[in-house]
Amino acid sequence: MTEEPRRAADGLPALIHQELYTADDGGAKGPNGERLTHGEASSRPLQPPAREHQPRGAALHRRRPVDHDEAAQRFIDAPQHEKMHDERLWDLRQKRDRQMQAIPEWEDLRNLASAIKQHTLAHLGDYLEQFEAQAKANGVHVHWAQDGAEHNRIVHGILANHGAKRLIKSKSMLTEETGFRHYMAGVGIEVVETDLGERIQQLDDEAPSHIVVPAVHKLRGDVADVFARTLGTDPANDDVHYLAEQQREKTRPLILDADAGMTGANFAVAETGSFVVCTNEGNADLSANVPPLHIASIGLEKLIPRIADLGVFIRLLSRSALGSPITQYTSHFRGPRTGGEMHVVLVDNGRSARLGEPEFWQSLKCIRCGACMNTCPVYRRSGGLSYGATYSGPIGLILDPTFDRRRYSSLPFASTLNGSCTNVCPVKIDIHEQIFTWRKVLAESHDIGFGKQALMKAAGAILSHPRLYRAAVAAADGALKVLPGFAVANPLNTWTRGRDMPEPPRETFHQWYERTKGGKEQER
Amino acid sequence: MSARDAILAAVRANRPRGEYPLPDLPDFPLDDGGDRVAHFQKSLEAMGGRCHSGGIDAAMRELFPDAKVIVSTVPEFRGNRDIAENTPPQALADVDVAVTRASFGVAETGSVLLMDQALICNAIAYLAQHLVILLDPAAIVPTLQDAYRRAEFHRHRYASFHTGPSATADIEGVLIHGAQGVRSLTVLLG
Ligand code: SF4
Repeated sequence: MTEEPRRAADGLPALIHQELYTADDGGAKGPNGERLTHGEASSRPLQPPAREHQPRGAALHRRRPVDHDEAAQRFIDAPQHEKMHDERLWDLRQKRDRQMQAIPEWEDLRNLASAIKQHTLAHLGDYLEQFEAQAKANGVHVHWAQDGAEHNRIVHGILANHGAKRLIKSKSMLTEETGFRHYMAGVGIEVVETDLGERIQQLDDEAPSHIVVPAVHKLRGDVADVFARTLGTDPANDDVHYLAEQQREKTRPLILDADAGMTGANFAVAETGSFVVCTNEGNADLSANVPPLHIASIGLEKLIPRIADLGVFIRLLSRSALGSPITQYTSHFRGPRTGGEMHVVLVDNGRSARLGEPEFWQSLKCIRCGACMNTCPVYRRSGGLSYGATYSGPIGLILDPTFDRRRYSSLPFASTLNGSCTNVCPVKIDIHEQIFTWRKVLAESHDIGFGKQALMKAAGAILSHPRLYRAAVAAADGALKVLPGFAVANPLNTWTRGRDMPEPPRETFHQWYERTKGGKEQER
Repeated sequence: MSARDAILAAVRANRPRGEYPLPDLPDFPLDDGGDRVAHFQKSLEAMGGRCHSGGIDAAMRELFPDAKVIVSTVPEFRGNRDIAENTPPQALADVDVAVTRASFGVAETGSVLLMDQALICNAIAYLAQHLVILLDPAAIVPTLQDAYRRAEFHRHRYASFHTGPSATADIEGVLIHGAQGVRSLTVLLG
């Protein structure tokens, strides 16, 4: 079968990796037998043709910088994994585009979201106080943590007061930041992740590789191996329905028996003191509504002023993240249920310091949708674990160095600076410009290795003309299925060196610049 | 200094320079092709839910003829398991079908809003295997923006938009209904 008829039949663009196509993946169907693609489902049925050993993430050494290049290469060397990863994430990006095209006011919503976040961050002290006062009035206990360690101690204290031994938890990137599970294991509290992807990662003792789809780098065979090893499932059965059902069956008793539940929050509303949690599986609502005690960990940057602002953010979040109009569950918690207890821990962990950095404070607008990751050609080809950090992909490049400058010093180089991330970001963070600025900051403070320093020097001409570079990246098409020509040969990009890059003709930045008149003319 | 005061002092000291006014929220109308209920139904089906019309008794007989344990939080239908605000969630672990009422629906997304008072015990909406939700078709608002202008979010301790059933596609993008919560969600208009 050729690609053209299929494309005509379902109206979708061609796959990047044709060999992944399968006639039916067994996914859920609608009332008329049509394929459903809500949530993180792929638009077309996909299945890699062969089984393959899963590549592992970056090796972590205490003080040595993460070697993203090395781990990325190992991911690329596992073609089944790499192709499926590339295809699925690019598909999420295209699903997002289709949602965007269906909403005429999309750009207005992005502008509003950005302005609301900027406003909130510029008045964060007042909004935090308002949130605290409202939440307390609703009967919620409010705690404050300056860093990850303090957060973990506070939560431990709450659990100890209740004699709680088992905590069920829904996915939260903040608790990844704080090393929460590790801490809890040390004090003898059992933590059970309930999101399927997150649970897979927990059982495999791996960090989530994507902030929205934590196990996107794994194939069904990998999951079958993990579940056989940890849950005692049939190792020969890698049917996706079987695996998901096994996890449901094995997790439900743990949920029913848990002493406490924990969630993160996508938004915290100052006006009402409430917080909002968005999930597809319903696991956050189980975690919050089954045990008598609910603890929510919330980063300071989650604040928004008004309930009505959710009308902007909820419209953008899932569409940007998954190309689905909304998550299956969008839950609003304003106070404990009768007989229950609710605690909120407001966590700083570097956020207040970042607020004071003129070049970087706008990264706090991030709503953790993952759109920048899905569109990034480097992320799609290298896998989230190659970044060796809590956050991966473009947003990771600008967040991670704020936690540990030396350790993550090579990450801002894992980018082509094509600007695609900035184009898709629902809150309009200038991601690629911040990546560029981080390179300069790291070069100036000698936090990068000799090789990269020499490189930055060689690229001095472009570095000293950031305007020129910006013009160049701004014009590159936002939708990057493959790397643009200039990015491949661009001396600023270590990542692409020595790699076998797909089709586009190699072209230097200067050739590209000449040809497109400094980016004023469209790419051909 | 307490952590609270230290954090508040730091965010105030590091306040970004510049005027960042809070924008007014304009109205963005929904193009529902003149039929809001049909739009709602289409949106819901795309999210894996289904719509049903007609009486609740007939619907229950047709959709769940074999259901053993049924909980109802609405006067229109009698279940065979009691539920009260202080029912321990564990006592609802074996429920096959739960019947409840939404306070309103959203045409843009096919969502329905379930609230603590109507659910009686919040956990029932997640522990049951299947969920049937009564919705007055006159209570469908066009968009999420319209939804967030409603009073429910200022009054209720718990309010949740349900849009189709519990779902996951965390493994290879294969969509599965009934990840952790309900396996199906049916909206009964009327
Ligand atoms: S930086 Fe923007 S696109 Fe990336 S995760 Fe954050 S909000 Fe989403």
